[in-house]
Amino acid sequence: MASVYERIGGEPAMAAAVEVFYRKVLGDDRINHFFEDVDMERQAAKQKAFLTMVCGGPSNYSGKDMRAGHKHLVARGLNAMHFDAVVGHLKETLEELGVPAELVGQVMAVAEGARADVLNR
Amino acid sequence: MAKVRHESAWYPLEPGETVLDGLLRQGVQVPHACRAGACQSCLMRATSGAVPEAAQVGLKDTLKARGYFLACACRPREGTALEVAGAAELRVPARVVDLESLSGDVLAVRLEVEAPLDYRAGQYVTVVRADGLARSYSLASLPREGRLELHVRLVPGGAMSGWFARDVRPGERMHLQGPAGDCFYVPGQPEAPLLLAGTGTGLAPLYGIVRDALEAGHTGPIHLFHGALEPRGLYLVDALRALASRHPNLHYRPLVLSGGGGDVEEGPLEARILASLPKRPVGWRAFLCGNPEAVLSLRKKLFLTGFSLKDIHADAFLPSTPRAGPVAGAA
Ligand code: FES
Repeated sequence: MASVYERIGGEPAMAAAVEVFYRKVLGDDRINHFFEDVDMERQAAKQKAFLTMVCGGPSNYSGKDMRAGHKHLVARGLNAMHFDAVVGHLKETLEELGVPAELVGQVMAVAEGARADVLNR
Repeated sequence: MAKVRHESAWYPLEPGETVLDGLLRQGVQVPHACRAGACQSCLMRATSGAVPEAAQVGLKDTLKARGYFLACACRPREGTALEVAGAAELRVPARVVDLESLSGDVLAVRLEVEAPLDYRAGQYVTVVRADGLARSYSLASLPREGRLELHVRLVPGGAMSGWFARDVRPGERMHLQGPAGDCFYVPGQPEAPLLLAGTGTGLAPLYGIVRDALEAGHTGPIHLFHGALEPRGLYLVDALRALASRHPNLHYRPLVLSGGGGDVEEGPLEARILASLPKRPVGWRAFLCGNPEAVLSLRKKLFLTGFSLKDIHADAFLPSTPRAGPVAGAA
């Protein structure tokens, strides 16, 4: 069966989603301090890779990379509340772009599966 | 330990040390300025051995393919050996033809290059002095004008700007490397609204971009904001007013933090810009140059108001940073 990634429109859909998603993240005072002082383009590229991964598209993210990539943020206080906030923005983004609820649910399940790695538990 | 070979001598690198720091520490002259991978003045070429990917971020594919890398961003892996050469073949000789004071602390330096330099208005070049001192400056000129024009801000204690202000006379020779940067006008969608904003000598690239867009027949509104602390920090005011009077779609807005009045507005630049935007700035393109904090903050705000990242072209002028710690013979 086609992946969620393919069913919601592949790369062009990700490109559209990433700006909406990133804008929500940067506009959220609970979490935007984790995204400051970084190159916005590189940051957007990372977010796109993240979206692609949770949607089941071609990606080279591994659990190990997720751990390593968030370690310094955990040291700065990244916790479950922040994780929930990001996942909430992801859900809203997909809904705004008209992704069917069933597919949004599948993406949420994948994102949930990354929780332990992201929070270095 | 990693080691680097330069002009037939091997230089050991300390763990985690960049090629730039390692060579400078051991007395090798390598042009450099920002030490942050942005200005490209520390370009070198690997003649054998592999450079980490991070050392080639932002370089044109043609340069990457030829083994060029940024020495300040290159930390070779432990145990590797790298042979490097300078970037002399990328430099063109240039000669100063004219110097003109544009304001109390901005000097226009006009140059003639011996080989034509292929650039877009708004890009920057690195000036390399005979002794290796290097600084990047945006081009305020248009390619068709022949002469290159740089706006050099006189930095208190600045090595390069002080030299330009005190010692350089027409005829002085130097080398230029570049161009680099992707803050330039691309023809197409001539009716799109353009937002150009800069502080201080951030006006230099914008002066090129605005004239480039007008000459390319841009018909959409062009909003040019130039911010300074005080009125004497503004320059090219008359030239820009004259340009705006010839092009009704050009809206020139000089702005100062204090001492405004008459035709010069007073207030914070970012707030003024955001207030001038429509609620949903669809199809707008932005060009932001100058002070890094102002540029990066504005870029984020514009993105949050709805600008697409690909439509925001930013050129943050990074200050040149000396090597940390005591440097023998530094001046
Ligand atoms: S890019 Fe290396 S010194 Fe600026």
